[in-house]
Amino acid sequence: MSFQLNKQYYGDYGEAKNGAADISTSGASKQEWPLWEIFIRNKQGLDHKHVGSLHAADAAMAIENARDVYTRRMEGVSIWAVETKFIHASNPDDAAALYDPANDKAYRHPTFYDLPEAVKYM
Amino acid sequence: MEKNLETIFQEKIDAEIRIEPKDWMPEKYRQTLIRQISQHAHSEIVGMLPEGNWITRAPSLRRKAILLAKVQDEAGHGLYLYSAAETLGISRDEMTEQLHTGKAKYSSIFNYPTLSWADMGVIGWLVDGAAIMNQVPLCRSSFGPYARAMVRVCKEESFHQRQGFEILLTLSKGTEAQRQMAQDAIDRWWWPSIMMFGPKDDESPNSILSMKWKIKRFSNDELRQKFIDVIAEQVKVLGFTLPDKDLKWNETRKHYDFGSINWDEFWQVIQGNGPCNKERLDARKKAWADGEWVRDAATAYANKKAKQNKAA
Repeated sequence: MSFQLNKQYYGDYGEAKNGAADISTSGASKQEWPLWEIFIRNKQGLDHKHVGSLHAADAAMAIENARDVYTRRMEGVSIWAVETKFIHASNPDDAAALYDPANDKAYRHPTFYDLPEAVKYM
Repeated sequence: MEKNLETIFQEKIDAEIRIEPKDWMPEKYRQTLIRQISQHAHSEIVGMLPEGNWITRAPSLRRKAILLAKVQDEAGHGLYLYSAAETLGISRDEMTEQLHTGKAKYSSIFNYPTLSWADMGVIGWLVDGAAIMNQVPLCRSSFGPYARAMVRVCKEESFHQRQGFEILLTLSKGTEAQRQMAQDAIDRWWWPSIMMFGPKDDESPNSILSMKWKIKRFSNDELRQKFIDVIAEQVKVLGFTLPDKDLKWNETRKHYDFGSINWDEFWQVIQGNGPCNKERLDARKKAWADGEWVRDAATAYANKKAKQNKAA
């Protein structure tokens, strides 16, 4: 048998062509709607939390789509939509240097201090 | 240097530290994930078609509302997964194009027709049941966005299986014709459902790499056995049977033995020769083409609004 599929298990059904997935087939994506990052507040008093992203032509559509995609079961009382291109992120490769100033300051944690057992409520 | 990065990467995986999109990863890991996540997303989207077939013909308003909600969930699952795949550097349009050109596949199960209302019950019970069995371990997949999407999917999937079982339970207490309809649906869907777990382990050599990278945590055969053990018991509650004369409890193995699977059929369907392959793809392509003016109009409107805002 000479089918080309070289791999098959759940969620990965192989592909027509042998070898690695080609991620640059692009039929020049003409005008994809912009990508938005969605943040949801689960209930009053909690902070907005990132839940994923979606495509929408504008902010109003992003919020309506977010309602349909991310709050079908009352998961939210408030939605933030931020166009992905406006998000600036730290680079994981810089993590060592970036967080270095905090790395050697254990005295910022309460557990750094040994107090006698007799001291209560502290 | 490259080797060094790969060692660090594997150490993170071994230490159960999740990989995030901006972290360094081997190119093959990225490609495997893009393929797996996008094909998983396509399965959710194409998976709406067999069930969509019955929305207008559901037997009651209650069943219709439930089926609508379920199909809407599948759309949502597809979207969670597409957005997870996009974090790896492939665009939504590229993925859509790969589906439409046949370059990317989707689960072979959705290339079978839904002939009766009982099929809605069996799809929920067996097809979603098999999906859950496969998907729960994916919630701990090593790639963060995929694992998070799967947590969301799994939370919603349980309703799907229960509503399916409830449909069959209702039919099982119905008339003789209703019981026959349900049994017929089980007979048609059983083997394709257990094929959903993929080929036997010794014929799926590349899974080893996926296991090492913890994209996947259990082998096809392990999951299939677990599924069969569960379903063989559940079918008793319904008073129906599974169409496998070799299905029998094995006291030594503490598992059910089962008959041999027709892998020729499986490969035929994967290769595009299933009963509904063409119909499914045509439906997706038509939806994409018919929606083009909507996408264009929304873009034009957004551009106009943006210009007006700038002018004001």
